[in-house]
Amino acid sequence: MNAYGYPGSVMSDPLVEARGLVKRFGDIVAVDGIDFEVRAGEVFGFLGPNGAGKSSTMRMIGAVSPVSAGHLRVFGLDPATDAPRIKAQLGVVPQEDNLDTELTVEENLYIYGRYFDLPREVIRRRIDELLEFAQLTERRDSRVEPLSGGMKRRLTIARGLINQPRLMILDEPTTGLDPQARHVLWDRLWRLKQQGVTLIVTTHYMDEAEQLCDRLVIMDHGKIVAEGSPRELIERHSTREVLELRFPVGVEPPPESAYNGMAKRIEILADRTLLYSDDAERTLAELSERGIHPEQTLVRRSTLEDVFLKLTGRTLVD
Amino acid sequence: MATPAALRFFERQARVYRHTWRGSVVSTFVQPVFYLLAMGLGLGSLVDRQGGPEGLPYLVWLAPGLLAAAAMQTGAGEGAWPVMAGIRWVKFYQAALATPLTVRDVVLGHFGWVTARLGMVAVVYVGVIWAFGAVDLLSGLAAVLPAVLVGLAFAGPVTAYTAGLERETGLSSLFRFGIVPLFLFSGTFFPISQLPGWLQPLAAFTPLWHGVELTRWAALGLPTAFPPAVHVAVLVVLFASGVWLSMVRLTRRLVV
Ligand SMILES: Nc1ncnc2c1ncn2[C@@H]1O[C@H](COP(=O)(O)OP(=O)(O)OP(=O)(O)O)[C@@H](O)[C@H]1O
Ligand SMILES: [Mg+2]
Repeated sequence: MNAYGYPGSVMSDPLVEARGLVKRFGDIVAVDGIDFEVRAGEVFGFLGPNGAGKSSTMRMIGAVSPVSAGHLRVFGLDPATDAPRIKAQLGVVPQEDNLDTELTVEENLYIYGRYFDLPREVIRRRIDELLEFAQLTERRDSRVEPLSGGMKRRLTIARGLINQPRLMILDEPTTGLDPQARHVLWDRLWRLKQQGVTLIVTTHYMDEAEQLCDRLVIMDHGKIVAEGSPRELIERHSTREVLELRFPVGVEPPPESAYNGMAKRIEILADRTLLYSDDAERTLAELSERGIHPEQTLVRRSTLEDVFLKLTGRTLVD
Repeated sequence: MATPAALRFFERQARVYRHTWRGSVVSTFVQPVFYLLAMGLGLGSLVDRQGGPEGLPYLVWLAPGLLAAAAMQTGAGEGAWPVMAGIRWVKFYQAALATPLTVRDVVLGHFGWVTARLGMVAVVYVGVIWAFGAVDLLSGLAAVLPAVLVGLAFAGPVTAYTAGLERETGLSSLFRFGIVPLFLFSGTFFPISQLPGWLQPLAAFTPLWHGVELTRWAALGLPTAFPPAVHVAVLVVLFASGVWLSMVRLTRRLVV
């Protein structure tokens, strides 16, 4: 307990705290003993390939999936005993849309507000604001079915905001959307961040994670393999720049030994070769001196994608 | 003041009904009219030449049985498709469980709504029966409560059954091999004493038969096979165990 009268309301306390958190489904260990903390006001990311255990973690935080082992506190409360109190202060965007297709856009927000036991006048007021925020004011009386994928996602986010949550958990909010719709959606998340809403986001998209997340963890096979800000992670696990080489299809790419001494790290992938160095332009110049002539070359900065490749030996995007 | 959580889920169900009531009201009216015309008047004119059951005109004897059977169908239907929609087709159960509502709230709200639906269906049915002159209004209304109970005695177990179903084909099997035979052989259309001797005790085990006994007792004052309290108890136990099992199975299904 504290001066505010209930546990977890002091700003410096983490909103979410996990120690040795485990989730099992029968013999499958979906989450294998992870530790992390999410603080008020930050955007915290979970990155990882399919099956890494991101959704399982999100569902435990959301108090809809029982913890198999370890310690988990959300707002200082135990999900096993205080689920309704946790959920009352949470906004949830699940990986799989579960909007109510038997109701209209507006009714989706209204009924959700009622689930949180908000007074009807309060809900009405918030609906206007949230429809505006989700850019769905014109679709107010529409059923959910005919909405585009991006609109549905935005409605799900609006629905999750109806109770003015302290913490919002978004499980792959942009997966399956076209770039335009993704852009609109990430712009909305950016606004939430600026309003000080704490966000936990999972994603496959490194570029987005890099821009939005203050801190993130990379998950693989149920474990956290790295943690930090995007910049820290890149500095720690990769070089400043990368030279990407593509060779014509059917031509055997040169072996690693061909690049001896040119790069700090070399990755030969199915479709391209990556040379990690702090000055990729110079590496490029050296390349032609050695008589290596790829079909295409690209000099770019290191991204989280490269960090992921280094840590897991795999590319992230399917 | 806080609204009880189950009532908030009830509100969702009522909201959905606002979109669908027109179609539902039509079938609620049309079904009893058709049955009473075809069976009560049509078939009844043949039956009454031999003297109807219990010395009553067939239409009069049949009507409370039809009421119980309609309640069974409504109850079973409400335990089947809306529940499948909640779990799989629409997933509004999962959506509700992400909020402060618990499985218990959802289940209680669900049955609360089913009770309301059964009340509507039974009242309309009694109104139609009354319009056919087959019952006086007060006795007819006395049968509403037993009819609602019949519906719940089916809604409970059917909800629990649906809660564990992986695929919806299980629902059509339930109706084909469960609900339809009950409809035909539980004393709705003819007294079970007309069945072959070995089938009679079987018929007496079916929940619909208990319900039919009760509605005829309430509407027509006919004597029941067992004391009415026994018939009521059977139906209440069915309903209560259905509610309990629904909570257990939905928790197992949704809280993973
Ligand atoms: N309800 C469940 N029953 C059994 N196994 C499950 C269940 N949910 C998840 N799993 C398994 O747990 C592991 C982790 O799954 P999870 O959905 O958490 O991964 P994810 O990181 O969210 O993947 P994706 O990017 O595909 O969404 C997977 O092997 C998955 O098959
Ligand atoms: Mg997932």
